[in-house]
Amino acid sequence: MTSYIQKIKEVSARLLKECKVDAVLGFRKGTIPMMNEPYFARTPEDVQNLVWDSNCGINLANYLTDRKENIGIIAKGCDSRNIVTHCVENKIKREQLVIIGVPCKGMIDKRKINSMIEGEISDVTEDENNITVKGDGFEKVLNKKDVLQQNCALCIHRNPVEFDELIAETVKEQANIDRYEDIRKIEAMSPAEKEVFFEDLFSTCIRCYACRNACPLCYCPTCFTDESRPQWVGKGQDETDVKTFHFLRAFHCAGRCTDCGACERACPVGINMRLLTRKLEKDCFDLFEWEAGMSLDLRPPLDTYKPGDPDDFIK
Amino acid sequence: MKIFAIAKDNLTDGLDRIAESYRLFAPVKEAQFHNFKELAKGEAPDLNFLNTRLSPKAIIYPQTETMFEYSLDESREDHHIMKEVDNSYSPQAVIGIRPCDAKAFLLVGHNFDTPEYRDPYWVRAYESTTLVGLACDSPCSSCFCTAAGCGPCHEEGLDILLVETDSRFLAKVLTDKGEKLAAAAGWDTPADEAEAGKQIETAKQAAEAKISARVNTDGLKEIDTVELYKAPFWEDVSFSCINCGTCTFVCPTCWCFDIQDENHGKSGVRMRNWDSCMFPLFTIHGTGHNPRGTKLHRVRQRFMHKLKYYVDKYDVGIQCVGCGRCVRSCPVNIDIRRICDLMNSYGSGKDSCAA
Repeated sequence: MTSYIQKIKEVSARLLKECKVDAVLGFRKGTIPMMNEPYFARTPEDVQNLVWDSNCGINLANYLTDRKENIGIIAKGCDSRNIVTHCVENKIKREQLVIIGVPCKGMIDKRKINSMIEGEISDVTEDENNITVKGDGFEKVLNKKDVLQQNCALCIHRNPVEFDELIAETVKEQANIDRYEDIRKIEAMSPAEKEVFFEDLFSTCIRCYACRNACPLCYCPTCFTDESRPQWVGKGQDETDVKTFHFLRAFHCAGRCTDCGACERACPVGINMRLLTRKLEKDCFDLFEWEAGMSLDLRPPLDTYKPGDPDDFIK
Repeated sequence: MKIFAIAKDNLTDGLDRIAESYRLFAPVKEAQFHNFKELAKGEAPDLNFLNTRLSPKAIIYPQTETMFEYSLDESREDHHIMKEVDNSYSPQAVIGIRPCDAKAFLLVGHNFDTPEYRDPYWVRAYESTTLVGLACDSPCSSCFCTAAGCGPCHEEGLDILLVETDSRFLAKVLTDKGEKLAAAAGWDTPADEAEAGKQIETAKQAAEAKISARVNTDGLKEIDTVELYKAPFWEDVSFSCINCGTCTFVCPTCWCFDIQDENHGKSGVRMRNWDSCMFPLFTIHGTGHNPRGTKLHRVRQRFMHKLKYYVDKYDVGIQCVGCGRCVRSCPVNIDIRRICDLMNSYGSGKDSCAA
């Protein structure tokens, strides 16, 4: 995947030189291992700073909300689906965008890698299949497949669904993936077990809202959590308030979430809040055969009505 | 200044003795990360850590702290009276705090404990706390304590400094509070001062040599505040920020809070919660106007406060101890070291291409 960068730079420089876009949204190299920083390249010279590797897990669609410029955006499969969702929800116009599609082979999970290594990691390099991790007195080669972010390991839309330029040949989509094994386990719990499970899941939350703010879907000018007239949710560390935030946010993402993993990736304390959004994703597929962000021409299930919609819940 | 020697195997015995008269807080590994936690009776700390994910500031300054309580039940004599919550502030000790985190309490003290105002909650909690530091022998690559007026064996803010050697811990007692705790622990085997002093110095030099980050702060005081505020690099610096509160919540020196009242039926509490200058709600006015209405405003505020306003106001250096937590935890890799350099060299002709 690191071989993409030459082509990404070429396309980006061309778009900027030809004034097709005002800036290209991509990544620049991070200052610590396994991190890159979202970057807005505004000139053909800036393009030299762009990078592409397995540390580009942040969803760049998040940076498009209400922007006025013409933008070139480097998009993995999930980013492209969130770009589609942004267009469908009128957060950006399709005409403003040149989508530079990147067939994705998955992003690595830095927390997982850190937990597999004793001591501090000072350098991480990669080739097609392996991740080499170095630190003071150790060097370890990990199989990339074993250290992918969970959403990438379960991904079935690695190729961009909407693009203007494609950086490389499409990659083979993963087949026979059981996306919901962990969700079914939670579904099978009794209400009391669920209560304990979710209490435990969110017990370390510090309410920094990194999950919400990293999410391209969470663009409300004032989030219900921040609403003060009236105030819907308490601001403290009371567990009911913490859970209210997470559950309500997940419901707001129903039928819109692409499981890009930005929320979990952003969390400073390692909470897997995707367990909530993926349950809703599963329900949307089961009830409406809906996958978010697959087409500019389809309205999401929760803002449309079809006579054939399931209505078994009406007693 | 006394230095005691503690055999490694005897450390937990000492902690058990301390626990008889103090509440004990220490690093414990839970799930993926080390964090400070109140130890249950007989629970051992895990001192094999780089640094904790969250800073220990919550031990003195909880994320949610009840200040007052009240009742609206008119059958009660004290109805409609705001009463301070009964908190005993019994003695507590933090074992294994890193010197950077201990120094952070001093920086925070410049805000909470001033000649004009004393925050009663913070001051009482701080005064009831004894800080037993653990010298840092393996600083992270993102640490820059030595550039922030601190260091791996820094003593300022600590009551006792523990230094681990091959065979034992050396406990350097630094304050009266520390002396009291050492007595409670039964740490009374004096180490040979000359030899122990040498060992501590060697440990210090070895740890400091591992800190590779170079961050300059020498120019910050001289730079004109308004010029720095208007600097062109804020646009680039703030672009990737998602305005979450991670940096401020993991920071040992961020002190801002928000006061909230919560009613339940006829009774209620007034509490304060950590707040973050990254949140729009932090500054929004009752009218709906927000003087820090964009993320550029908010990102600039965080760095200007830590690296310029604080420097100018208190003249005790930057409001940062170089623990590196914000660098490691930021979801989008905004790095205070890079921004500090941009600010520090602003106007010297070095800044324009660094961004």
